[in-house]
Amino acid sequence: MKKSLGVAAAAAVIALSLSACGGSAPASTEAKGEINYWLWDANQLPAYQQCADDFTKANPDIKVKITQRGWDDYWTTLTNGFVSGTAPDVFTDHLAKYPEFASKKQLLSLDDAVKNDNVKLDIYNKGLSDLWVGQDGKRYGLPKDWDTIAMFYNKKLVADAGYTEEQLKGLDWNPKDGGSYEKAIAHLTVDKNGKRGDEAGFDKNNVAVYGLGLENSGSGDGQTQWSFLSATMGWTHTDKNPWGTKFNFDDPKFQETIAWWAGLADKGYMPKLETTVGASVSDNFGAGKAAINTGGSWMIGQYTSYKGVETGIAPTPKGPDGKRASMFNGLADSIWAGTKNPAASVKWVEYLASTACQDVVAGKAVVFPAITTSSDKAADAFKAKGVDVSAFTTQVKDGTTFLFPIADKAAKVAGIMKPAMDAVLSGKKPASSLTEANDQVNALFK
Amino acid sequence: MTTLTKQQRDPAGRATRSRAGKTGSGGRKSITHRMGDLKIAMVFIFPAMLGFVFFFLIPTIRGVYLSFTEYSILGDPTWIGLKNYTTIFSDELFWNAMAVTVQYVGLNIGFQTVIALGLALLMHRVAKSTFIRGALLLPFLVANVIVALLWFWMLDYQLGIVNEVISWLGLPRIAFFGSEQWAIPTIAFVNVWRHMGYTALLIFAGLQSIPSHVYEVASLDGASPTRTFWSITMPLLRPVMVLVLVVTVIGSFQVFDTVAVTTGGGPINASRVIQMYIYQKAFTESDFGYASALSVILFVILALVAFVQMKFLKGNESDLD
Repeated sequence: MKKSLGVAAAAAVIALSLSACGGSAPASTEAKGEINYWLWDANQLPAYQQCADDFTKANPDIKVKITQRGWDDYWTTLTNGFVSGTAPDVFTDHLAKYPEFASKKQLLSLDDAVKNDNVKLDIYNKGLSDLWVGQDGKRYGLPKDWDTIAMFYNKKLVADAGYTEEQLKGLDWNPKDGGSYEKAIAHLTVDKNGKRGDEAGFDKNNVAVYGLGLENSGSGDGQTQWSFLSATMGWTHTDKNPWGTKFNFDDPKFQETIAWWAGLADKGYMPKLETTVGASVSDNFGAGKAAINTGGSWMIGQYTSYKGVETGIAPTPKGPDGKRASMFNGLADSIWAGTKNPAASVKWVEYLASTACQDVVAGKAVVFPAITTSSDKAADAFKAKGVDVSAFTTQVKDGTTFLFPIADKAAKVAGIMKPAMDAVLSGKKPASSLTEANDQVNALFK
Repeated sequence: MTTLTKQQRDPAGRATRSRAGKTGSGGRKSITHRMGDLKIAMVFIFPAMLGFVFFFLIPTIRGVYLSFTEYSILGDPTWIGLKNYTTIFSDELFWNAMAVTVQYVGLNIGFQTVIALGLALLMHRVAKSTFIRGALLLPFLVANVIVALLWFWMLDYQLGIVNEVISWLGLPRIAFFGSEQWAIPTIAFVNVWRHMGYTALLIFAGLQSIPSHVYEVASLDGASPTRTFWSITMPLLRPVMVLVLVVTVIGSFQVFDTVAVTTGGGPINASRVIQMYIYQKAFTESDFGYASALSVILFVILALVAFVQMKFLKGNESDLD
């Protein structure tokens, strides 16, 4: 028995020493070797593979290995990688995620690199590079692309309803009666018997085509769902942005917007929330089940690829303030603090943020690169493919964008806001119940 | 795991006990004899022990330790005493998760056990072909996530084949995974579909261990098939049924993958089962201390459930003795 105790003790000691030796080899200062790069959008993979090949051609000592993972797996694998020491050297970063990584000291600050290598920050679209300066004043990413919101519409369904595309591009909205935006949505809705949403005898429980598609409740940001409406009411997510610490979900302006929006499902103009679990909102559009979908510019490729569906793009409606609004979100490339190869990683990030790479991305017509001149090239590339993307770019041109809300504890905020928004949208609770959720959210920052 | 080892250990223990009873004064001798076996037993147990210590014991102890800390995985855990546990008691989402989980376990185990018992009887009496017996096991051979995705698509509201059929029959479409009322029953059904063949196989093995002479006597006495079932099959099957119930109930409490790939806990909180909530706290919200405390509570509950089942259903005794 004694012997076996000794064995157990030895085993325990081994276990302890195993878990203790997570140390890493000293970081190399020379820019060579292999670096790992992660991204989540499969549509963009070919573009970045091209960048990586070009990069290795120019820097034969550095090889870049690209790994693509779906959005959901991406972030958990990344966090686990931070802990286990297997995170990629460089990765595509999101505004909703980087504040937490930065505060946990997982990101390498790029200030020295920007200064030493004389990276120009004014080549990017206005505001994009500032998004990546953390609460501590340090820079944690170089901008790679941006996105805005617009309406994708099914050209045939719109024509059948007697709407011209020009009309669709000039809609207005208010939370009282929904303006011409709601009128269009109602008219585009068709029930099983062919009756339109604004006609007498419309059967809201047997809808064949919805005027407006529904992705989900939008959680606490509503990026593609409702933020383009609430912003025209002069509402902002937080007291200040970036780094707000007080959320405004208790504001009547916001709750009025959401109440109107949730009402669409009640009227049968938009699918009920419960029906959205499953096939993606874009696939339902592709199947002809919705006439208009609001979505982000990163979905252009998806929406224009459905066979038998001709897709047009219109800008979001003008709000009570007489202007449009769109959330403006930007991605960047960040370097993991635990990289064994910081010098090569910095070089790769700088390359990704340069016109050399962003022009390549632009040429593939998948997203809008962060650099202003590359953005224009992307718009041309889209046009060459027969897609008019002015609905997305007009928001930037007219200065009607507002920034994605950047705040600490984003995951916890979403943990509270998603069920709360789901409850309102599914009609289980009134919009005023968001006040209580707001109290819970704000309590996180106390 | 614990219940399995208990099951295996018990017959041995009983054998020694009865031997000791028969030999009377030989009791002490048999104890020293058993001690003599200890060394050789340790050799055999060692490899499994190693795995148990590294992959179960140490992580469990660390988990219990983490449950008393605030730990965001990046950085070091800080000791906060019982705060996680007191928070859990007033956490509405925890109680909701427990209620949802219990609802799931009830539906899952209820249907699964009854269907599996029926299938086992059919396998025992009617379907003697290995092919058909094998086919019953097929759903179990498909990975959980694949099964979940398969049904997720088939039951989709807009594009799923099941809803196409329902609407073709002139009935209103059902949001199987999307509505609060249907989410848990649907998930329970998917898992019943996957596990019933396997459970039936376990029960079938139990049926085969019932000696046929008992049935012969029953038929000689003119007992009806129903009477035979309730008075012979069920009582003699009890130890196996208890084992099956303990294992499936524990497995059922830990449902996660099906929820994770379909509803993700929604709509609202309707399918946020306890494992999903633990996962959300740990991996989405980086609150590993709190998630560990939730896991410890689940651990205690499962231990209690297994204990109660073993105790009151007398799973370690057979009526055959």
